[in-house]
Amino acid sequence: MTAPLLSFYLFSAVILLSSLMVISSKNPVHSVLFLILTFFNAAGLFIILHAEFLAMILIIVYVGAVAVLFLFVVMMLDVNFTKSKENVLHYMPFGLFIGAVFVCELIIVLINSKLDLANIQILSNPFAKFSNMSNTQALGSVLYTDYILYFQLSGVILLVAMIGSIVLTLRDRTGIRRQIIGVQLERNSSSTVLKEVESGEGVDI
Amino acid sequence: MIQLEQFLILSSLIFSIGVIGIFLNRKNVIIILMSVELILLAVNINLVAFSYFLGDLTGQIFALFVLTVAAAEAAIGLAILVVYNRNAGNIEIENINSLKG
Repeated sequence: MTAPLLSFYLFSAVILLSSLMVISSKNPVHSVLFLILTFFNAAGLFIILHAEFLAMILIIVYVGAVAVLFLFVVMMLDVNFTKSKENVLHYMPFGLFIGAVFVCELIIVLINSKLDLANIQILSNPFAKFSNMSNTQALGSVLYTDYILYFQLSGVILLVAMIGSIVLTLRDRTGIRRQIIGVQLERNSSSTVLKEVESGEGVDI
Repeated sequence: MIQLEQFLILSSLIFSIGVIGIFLNRKNVIIILMSVELILLAVNINLVAFSYFLGDLTGQIFALFVLTVAAAEAAIGLAILVVYNRNAGNIEIENINSLKG
């Protein structure tokens, strides 16, 4: 067996085990940590597939942002972990049935498909066009030219997500003291008390 | 040498684990959001695997867009979760039945 094949099996075994642990562990914090493990191994798979930029982006975006966000919310919400999972068994047959149907359908489609990848002639961005570039440079040269509209639209999606999550979680609290800039700026020396204080003497108010 | 079919089987397994996670989970919504992330990861593996075996860069571009949308979805979903927790006091799925659906 070659090294890529061995590492493929290693990565995919860890991915499957840890994604099973994501959905089955009782403590949501453990789930998030297993999700991080899953994403790290998926990044390894991407490196096997020569998609280095996506592998690094997966680690930065998912592990660095999304998983930390999950962890933050799990810890902030103070979820009750100790509750028993007795009613999980109630839905177990149905869930396993749906999952088995999905797996069987996908694998049947896979077995019956006759996709001859070697003889597909119409490629929009074949690798041969970018043979003198790194993966990042090749992605950039496609993303910023052919897909510039989609790139900017994804920027708009992120902006909407940012504004949306701020608007959702913002709340007006009553009864707290706020900084009032205008009052602060209106203050001058006539409304303040100025006293010359001797060193070590203190002051009577 | 690794075949495309191996990647497709792997990603269909991850996808199904995500779907099972949505159905099995009755405890809190965070696990459901994580299952959605798993499903999107399976889609990404499919896209990148096809990109490699087809010799076409477009799959990686679309994987990048899927990543963007997944990040936005996680942010919005968690924000909704925080607001729901503030109003209802818990995030257990059993108790989310005010729409009687």
